[in-house]
Amino acid sequence: MSGSVLEIKNLHVSIEDKEILKGVDLTVKGGEFHAIMGPNGTGKSTLASAIMGHPKYEVTEGTITLDGEDVLEMEVDERARAGLFLAMQYPSEISGVTTSDFLRSAINAKREEGDEIPLMKFIKELDKDLDYLDIDQNMATRYLNEGFSGGEKKRNEILQLMQLKPDIAILDEIDSGLDIDALKVVSKGINKMRSDNFGCLIITHYQRLLNYITPDFVHVMMQGRVVKSGGPELAKRLEAEGYEWIKEELGIEDEETAEQNA
Amino acid sequence: MTVETKLPFNQEYIQAFSKDRNEPGWMTTLRSKALEMADSLDMPKPDKTKISNWNFTDFQHSYKEAAAIASLNELPEELKAYFAEDASMENLYIQRNQTAAYNSLSQELQDKGVIFTDIFTAMNEHSDLVEKYYMNDAVAVDQNRLTALHAALMNGGIFVYVPKNVQIEDPLQAIFWQEDTDSALLNHVLVVAEEGSSVTYVENYISHNDTEETVANLVTEVFAHDNAQVAYGAVDNFAAGTTTYVNRRGVAQRDAQINWALGQMNDGNTVSENITYLLGDNSNSEAKAVSVGRGKQTQNFTSSIRQFGKQTDAYILQRGVMKGAATTIFNAIGKIEHGGTKSNSEQESRVLMLSEKSRGDANPILLIDEDDVTAGHAASVGRVDPLQMYYLMSRGLEQEEAERLVIHGFLAPVVAQLPIESVRKQLTQVIERKVY
Ligand SMILES: Nc1ncnc2c1ncn2[C@@H]1O[C@H](COP(=O)(O)OP(=O)(O)OP(=O)(O)O)[C@@H](O)[C@H]1O
Ligand SMILES: [Mg+2]
Repeated sequence: MSGSVLEIKNLHVSIEDKEILKGVDLTVKGGEFHAIMGPNGTGKSTLASAIMGHPKYEVTEGTITLDGEDVLEMEVDERARAGLFLAMQYPSEISGVTTSDFLRSAINAKREEGDEIPLMKFIKELDKDLDYLDIDQNMATRYLNEGFSGGEKKRNEILQLMQLKPDIAILDEIDSGLDIDALKVVSKGINKMRSDNFGCLIITHYQRLLNYITPDFVHVMMQGRVVKSGGPELAKRLEAEGYEWIKEELGIEDEETAEQNA
Repeated sequence: MTVETKLPFNQEYIQAFSKDRNEPGWMTTLRSKALEMADSLDMPKPDKTKISNWNFTDFQHSYKEAAAIASLNELPEELKAYFAEDASMENLYIQRNQTAAYNSLSQELQDKGVIFTDIFTAMNEHSDLVEKYYMNDAVAVDQNRLTALHAALMNGGIFVYVPKNVQIEDPLQAIFWQEDTDSALLNHVLVVAEEGSSVTYVENYISHNDTEETVANLVTEVFAHDNAQVAYGAVDNFAAGTTTYVNRRGVAQRDAQINWALGQMNDGNTVSENITYLLGDNSNSEAKAVSVGRGKQTQNFTSSIRQFGKQTDAYILQRGVMKGAATTIFNAIGKIEHGGTKSNSEQESRVLMLSEKSRGDANPILLIDEDDVTAGHAASVGRVDPLQMYYLMSRGLEQEEAERLVIHGFLAPVVAQLPIESVRKQLTQVIERKVY
C-alpha cells in the first residue's frame, strides 16, 4: 500500500475579505518531505490553516483533495480523521483537560465505536513516545498546553503527531523557539515518522531544522504564491543569501511598490 | 395590629409536631418563636434575581415514616451510583424522605466519641451540644423569612461531632433522598469539629419529581474550632419540581480551615448562599462551587467569605455552564473586616454560555475595611472559544466531543476537589446528563 496524496490546486484564500493566497499549487505524497520557506506574512500559515479548515479563512477559489476526496467539503474533524494533521504555530491551551485524556479521546475518535484503544496499550505507547521525545512523564497529566513553555508546546505537538500517526502532516514553524537540544529531539520524532505512508509539509524559516530533517523538495512562498521550487540546495542558498535574488530573478516587486506602479 | 398569616402552619401544629418527635423543650420553644417571627420577616434578597413569585412557602409538611434500608441493593440505580462498588456501608447515613433509613459509623470512630447521627436522635441524646450550636452563631433564625421557616418546621438532617484532636481519615457520607413529595424537606446539617480535629463530610441531595412541585429549605452550619479542619463536599441534585433555598455557613476559629466543594446541580429554581466567617487569626477557607443550568431554571449563587481574624486566607471559585434558557447569577463576595491585617482575599467566577437564550452573570465584589491586606478578583462570562474547538477538532474530535472536553475542563477545578471518588464520578455523570 502506498501513501496518500494531498493535492492543492489554484488555491485562493481570503481572511476578512483580504486575499492572502493567490493561486497556490502544491502536491504532497506519502513518503515525501516538503519544506516551505518564505518571508514573514507571505501566507504560509494561511495555507496550513486553509488545509485544516480554520474557521476564519475563506477559500474563494481552487481545490484541495486528499486521495481524490474533496477536503474543502469536510469539517475540521473529518479532515483529521481522513488523515490530515496540523502542528500549529500557536497551539491553544485547554484548561482542565489533561494531555493524556485528550490524546486518548483523539486516538479513539479515529477508531470505530467498540474498538477503543485498550487503556494499558495506550499508556504503554504514550510512555514510549514521551521517552523518545525526552518529555517529562508529568506532562501527560498536566492540562493540555496550559502553562507550557514555547518549547514544551512544540514537543507536545510532535507527541500528538507520533500518537495520532496521520497520513499527511503539516508542521507550522515547529522549530521556532526551540533550543538546540529540543530541535534535535523534535527532528528525531519527525524523522521517526518517515515512511512510504507518511507525507510531510514543513513550514520553517531556518535551514537549521533542515540540517536534521532533509527535505525532498523545498518551495518558496511569496505574496501568496509558491514562486520557486527545488531540492535541499535551495534552502541552503536561501539561508546564505536571503530572498532578494529570487525577487530579482522572478521580477517580483514589493507589494507597496507594485501598488504605486499600478 | 394583626398581620395577615400567609403561612399554612400554626402554633398548635408546630407544638404537636415537636412533641411527637420527643424534642427537648428548647427546641419546641425555638420552633414556636421562629414561627412567630416568620410572618413579619422579609424574604431573602438575592442580588440580581427576582424571587417574589417563586413558591417557597406553600408546601406539604407531613411526617410519614419511610422504610428502613437494609442493604444497598434496595436502593434505586441512580442512588447506587453514589457509592463505590465495594462500598463498605460504613460511616454512611441515608435519609429517605424524613426518615433516618440507614445509619452506620465505624466502631473505631464511635469509641473515639465521634457522633454521626440524625438530628432528632442527636437532640435526644446530646441535647446540650446541639442546643449550643443550633441556629445561634452561624445561621440566625431571624436572618430572613426562610431561615425562620426552616427553624419552625425543620424535619430532617444530621449531626456530625468530632471530639478534640480526633482525625477522621475516611469521609463521612450522607444521602438525603427525597423519594416522594408528600412533604417539603427542611433539612438541617450541623457539623462541629472540636479543637485540633479534622473531618471530611460529603452529602448528596436527590429527588425525581420532575413535575410535582415541592420545596427544599436547607441549612448547614459548620463549626471549626481552633486548628480544626473541615472539608465539606456536596452534590445537590433536586429535580425540576423542587424549588430550593440552601444556606450553608461556616465559622472558623484560630488556625482553622473550612473548605467547601459544592456541585450545585439542581434542575429547579435555586437560591444558594454559602458564607464563611473566618473569625480566628490565621484561619482559611476555600469555597468552590460549580453549576450547570438548563431548561428554564433560574439560579442565584452567592459565595462569601468574611475575614475578621488576622492573616486569614480566602479563596472563592465559581464555575457555571449555562444552556437552554437557563439564567444564573454568581455573586462572589470577599470581605476583609477592619482588623483583619495581613489577610488575603481571592476570587474567580467564570460562566460559560452554550446557548443564545441562556443568561449568566458573574459579579465579583471585594469589600475591604483594612489597609494591610492583599486581594484579587477575576470574573468572566463567555462562550466556548472557537480556537479551542478548532484545535481539538483538528485532532479528529467531533464537535460534541470537543465541546464536552472543554466543558469538563472548565468545571474540573471544582469537580476534582470533591473528596469522595464515587461522588466525583457521580457529579461528572450528572454534569454529562445536564449538558447533553
Ligand atoms: N485577521 C486578519 N486580518 C487581516 N489580515 C490578516 C489576518 N490574519 C492574517 N492576516 C494577514 O495575512 C498575511 C499572511 O499571514 P500568515 O500568517 O499566513 O503569514 P506567514 O507566512 O505564516 O508569516 P510568518 O512567517 O510570520 O508566520 C499577513 O499579511 C497577515 O497580516
Ligand atoms: Mg506563520
